[in-house]
Amino acid sequence: MTTLASATSTDTTEMNIVQAVHDTLRDEMRRDDRVLVLGEDVGARGGVFRATHGFLDEFGSERVLDTPLDECLIAGVAIGLALDDMLPVAEMQFADFIFPAFNQIVSEAARIRYRSNGDFEVPMVIRAPWGGGVHGALYHSQSIEAFFAHVPGLKVVVPSTPYDIKGMLIEAIEDRDPVLFLEHKKTYRLIKGEVPAERYTVPLGRAAVRTEGDDATVVAYGLMHHFCVEAAGRLHGEGIGVEVIDLRSIYPLDMDTVLTSVRKTGKAMIVHEDTKFLGVGGEVAAQIAEEAFDDLDAPVVRVAGPHIPAMPFSPTLEHRYLPDVDRLEVALRKLAEY
Amino acid sequence: MSKDKHTELGLKEEDLVEMYRCMVLARLCDERQWAFNRQGKAPFVIPVSGHEGAQVGSAWAFERSKDIFLPYYRDMALVLVCGFTPKDIFLGLFGKADDPSSGGRQMPAHWGSKARNIITGSSPIATQVLHAAGIAYAKKIKREDAVVGTWFGEGGTSEGDWHGAMNFAGIHKLPLIFVCENNQYAISVHESMQVAGHVHKRAKGYGFPGFVGDGNDVLQSYKLTKEAVDRARAGEGPSLIELRTYRFYAHTSDDDDRTYRSKEEVEQWRRKDPIGRFERYLRSVGIVDDAHIEELRAVAREAVIQGAKEAQAAEFPDPASALDNVYADTELS
Repeated sequence: MTTLASATSTDTTEMNIVQAVHDTLRDEMRRDDRVLVLGEDVGARGGVFRATHGFLDEFGSERVLDTPLDECLIAGVAIGLALDDMLPVAEMQFADFIFPAFNQIVSEAARIRYRSNGDFEVPMVIRAPWGGGVHGALYHSQSIEAFFAHVPGLKVVVPSTPYDIKGMLIEAIEDRDPVLFLEHKKTYRLIKGEVPAERYTVPLGRAAVRTEGDDATVVAYGLMHHFCVEAAGRLHGEGIGVEVIDLRSIYPLDMDTVLTSVRKTGKAMIVHEDTKFLGVGGEVAAQIAEEAFDDLDAPVVRVAGPHIPAMPFSPTLEHRYLPDVDRLEVALRKLAEY
Repeated sequence: MSKDKHTELGLKEEDLVEMYRCMVLARLCDERQWAFNRQGKAPFVIPVSGHEGAQVGSAWAFERSKDIFLPYYRDMALVLVCGFTPKDIFLGLFGKADDPSSGGRQMPAHWGSKARNIITGSSPIATQVLHAAGIAYAKKIKREDAVVGTWFGEGGTSEGDWHGAMNFAGIHKLPLIFVCENNQYAISVHESMQVAGHVHKRAKGYGFPGFVGDGNDVLQSYKLTKEAVDRARAGEGPSLIELRTYRFYAHTSDDDDRTYRSKEEVEQWRRKDPIGRFERYLRSVGIVDDAHIEELRAVAREAVIQGAKEAQAAEFPDPASALDNVYADTELS
């Protein structure tokens, strides 16, 4: 499995996703005293995924804050920190556990700029490992992006290459609004890529074209975008050109890149792990229908999770839930040949 | 001869007169907003009457230049202490463009003003208490000499956010004062169905002191809060102050309190009016007399009439501005 490194610098290091999270956070904390991390097990344990490994020793317990086991508190306290000119990066240990914080994120963080007519702002980042394929079952596999992307005032991003993790995490920390920064946990150690040593940013709300092709467009993000790149590679051998777009950000949503591609290929498929009903795919499909209906040569296709409460544990059941490269290849061929 | 109560508390005559003025202003603003509501000119009113002693007494214990205030919707008298004017109150009531809290976006009484160190609040109960904990933590690690105060009703003490903030404040010994205005009713639900045990005793479980006092006694409200603020500023951590009081009107203009409490009960508490009580004290120590009181009230009444008039004449927000201030990046809305 490969990832595209769009680096121009010669001074790069190959690393995986969790290493990119770790190094970026560490460098930003070295650079700006206002940046601090808080969450469950971020201190002494260095994070259950080791994203803050070594931070406690380097930055001390005031800026590497092990919180009580209270997600509502993590979000609410982070809001308070942001209101007092700090730049908090809060960690939800698993995206599945974010729901006790829903009210603080949706009713508070997302609305503070609007409800104060611009008098206050909440520059905070909430990091959360999401997604399945790790035998995480119902409560360690969820996709949560649709719940939060529905909320004006929030930004929801889903980077899934080491290069994007660094550039978008820096951008998220610098952003003056609350950003939900979703890291697909299956990609943490699976996906490696070159990361430049220099500091750079990747804008939030800009999709990336991962492979070019003229026969069909596939829009995905997270682990699924890597699967789509692999499926596209197989079809390439058969002379079918698939353009894979990694959204990278759910809100802001880069429809310009999607529409440009769909106008070229005339066919569109959207892939995500999240449940199909009212998922991100529905929004992307609706906007394609609104803006590019005349350019379509086939109905828009969605490949997404089934309508069951969450991903089950047993390998056979998990596999039934999660689209894999074989299934995506079949679906893509069918669309290309429509 | 023993010193006057207020002298022992370090309050000067001008403090007392100003405290009294804020309490009267709040009461008159409240009466005026109810009148507007009944005239069909204000769709929604959240009353303050009855709480003026608890609010003014507790707020007075803070330093308005550097301390941070996180009130709840009942706290009109508190925001008057922090520098809101009657006109500001009525701009909010009518949803006018210059409403300092939200530019007419929020319901009335959802206070906020960066210039006055009042953090913007919402309708979900006790969410602000966690923000107070975050701000107090920031003040502590920045070694700033600021104390944070947050206010809520006894109903708010049931929310998880409240317990989370109490726990966090206790763990980190934050410079944070929790002030409960216990008026015994969360809309219709009586304290006996809301609170197991006593609010102030909950502090002990979180490792810091809790106190209870008569919220209709402005000087006692001040004393308990001031001692807590002094401890917090000295690095001794948080306190919980429960001020027992009563609201004279329904929860809001959309509530009917006759469905859950008796006229006799309301009458009984009206006889304990914090304003009348403070007035009697001020007379007893010779700070005010009839003429002085009459003059203070006349000035306050004029300020309320004038403020309301100006707010009525003020502009509504431009409809196009409904799309502003969603994100810092104006392209996104």
